[in-house]
Amino acid sequence: MNTLRDLIRSRPIVTAAVVTVFLAALPFLLGNNYYVRVATIVGIYVILVSSLNIIIGFTGMFSLGHAAFYGIGAYTSAMLTTMAGWNFWLALPVAGIVAGIFGTLIGLATLRLRAVFLAFTTLGFGEITRIVILNWRSFTRGPMGIAGVPIPTLFGWTFDRYGYYYLVVVLAALTVGIIYRVYHSRVGRALVAIREDETAARSMGVNVFGYKVLAFTFACVFAGIAGSFFAHFQRFVSADSFANLESFAIITMVALGGTGSIFGPILGALILVILPEVFRFLAQYRGVIYGLVLILVIVLKPGGLAGVKGIFEKPKTPKRRKRR
Amino acid sequence: MSLLDVTNLEVHYGKINALKGVSLHVEEGQLVALIGANGAGKTTLLNTISGVVPGSAGEITFQGEEIFNEHPHLITRMGIAHVPEGRKIFSELSVEENLEIGAFIQRDRERITELIERNYELFPRLAERRRQEGGSLSGGEQQMLAIARGLMSDPKLLLLDEPSLGLAPILVERIFELVTEINKRGVSVLLVEQNANVALQTASHGYVLETGTITLDDDAAVLLTNEEVRKAYLGIA
Repeated sequence: MNTLRDLIRSRPIVTAAVVTVFLAALPFLLGNNYYVRVATIVGIYVILVSSLNIIIGFTGMFSLGHAAFYGIGAYTSAMLTTMAGWNFWLALPVAGIVAGIFGTLIGLATLRLRAVFLAFTTLGFGEITRIVILNWRSFTRGPMGIAGVPIPTLFGWTFDRYGYYYLVVVLAALTVGIIYRVYHSRVGRALVAIREDETAARSMGVNVFGYKVLAFTFACVFAGIAGSFFAHFQRFVSADSFANLESFAIITMVALGGTGSIFGPILGALILVILPEVFRFLAQYRGVIYGLVLILVIVLKPGGLAGVKGIFEKPKTPKRRKRR
Repeated sequence: MSLLDVTNLEVHYGKINALKGVSLHVEEGQLVALIGANGAGKTTLLNTISGVVPGSAGEITFQGEEIFNEHPHLITRMGIAHVPEGRKIFSELSVEENLEIGAFIQRDRERITELIERNYELFPRLAERRRQEGGSLSGGEQQMLAIARGLMSDPKLLLLDEPSLGLAPILVERIFELVTEINKRGVSVLLVEQNANVALQTASHGYVLETGTITLDDDAAVLLTNEEVRKAYLGIA
């Protein structure tokens, strides 16, 4: 694993070229619409998982309601395009912004408090979002959902079938790229300092509350963008797609892949999207599978497959401090 | 006007009055020691100066500017670095990453590199271990890292909380040599210590804090010969 990592690090351009060619050729290698569809879903989860990782892995906060922001993005985009006649390319960023605004509000309300309050609030917010969507019939069409969400088009070209795949690859690559840059910037260092020790981060001159709200908002923007894409890909949105089980699935992917690592969660998304497809006959046990995976990760490998630092790990510091 | 002026500072933890009208001054370039027993309020005083703990009354000015109950990150920006008790280094990150986070308020990449180099020159042990995880360092090295990280913000005043905590006597000596060296290079230091002997030998001025009140305020050399100090803090009858 280390040698592979070194190889990637020493030849970044070659690696990027190989990955690009592979991703471009993938639909033709798969040669089957159903497989390409699964690959597209993986792409959506890569965006969701990478963005949740900003919250859990980089900053050490705990959100149990990431699917709510995903859903807000999906509904924003679906409603703007079907009811107000907007263009997809305009609705996509706006969906991100709307989800980000909700993220900011939740952040401002809870991030001054201890970490558990964010977990409780986001859990509640996830449920509230679902119930509001389900019951506000005049606005969201309630349990009927919104059908006929338009297919994105660009200069007369329609993004159907393989088009969706390429679009999500671009969106996911942009997301991961931006997150990578931020992680290795001054802002990224501030977030890691907060995760490691808030008091110390404060005495380094980090505005802890401000950066927590920023990180949370940033993550919610990407969730909203993933939601927008999902709405236009599925061409139908309903509250069921954004229930708390969905948040739980995203958390499991982050935990399996490895919190705090950039590429680990991508691996987690890949495995946990493909696995239920392979074991189709176990479809009704999806929740059970996620639960089992989460337990196994916590017990066997708390850092995840590629984790830098797991949220489920016990802090190592006290043990080490004794060894003076 | 001194570099740091603390005047009649009061701090309460609920109903407990931790600091009862404390006044203290640090002049530009001075190394001041604050000694006192466990629970006297030494750490509270440092935490209130750096903005981590809110005070209930009094005044704190730094270079003539009011900093009482200011946000900690703004106080750091004004030129005060706080090296907290128990070091609180980022144990999962490498020595160099710790230093980079310490330079959070610096925006100039070249300046950061310069400050890191300056620290490595001052603490050669850290240079040797630059790629090692902070948590894998020995206690003395961790203390050096905590001080070095504090210096990364290029402060005018360094608040040092119990740097000798849990260290072997030979390491305590080494740490205090380094503190003297840092002070010689122009950083004023306010040092909180239970190890009164070594603290007063290093400092030029000293304060004795007893249950929230300053009871003695004099030259460090004078305090070293003071009967009460010798009895209570130096264990010499």
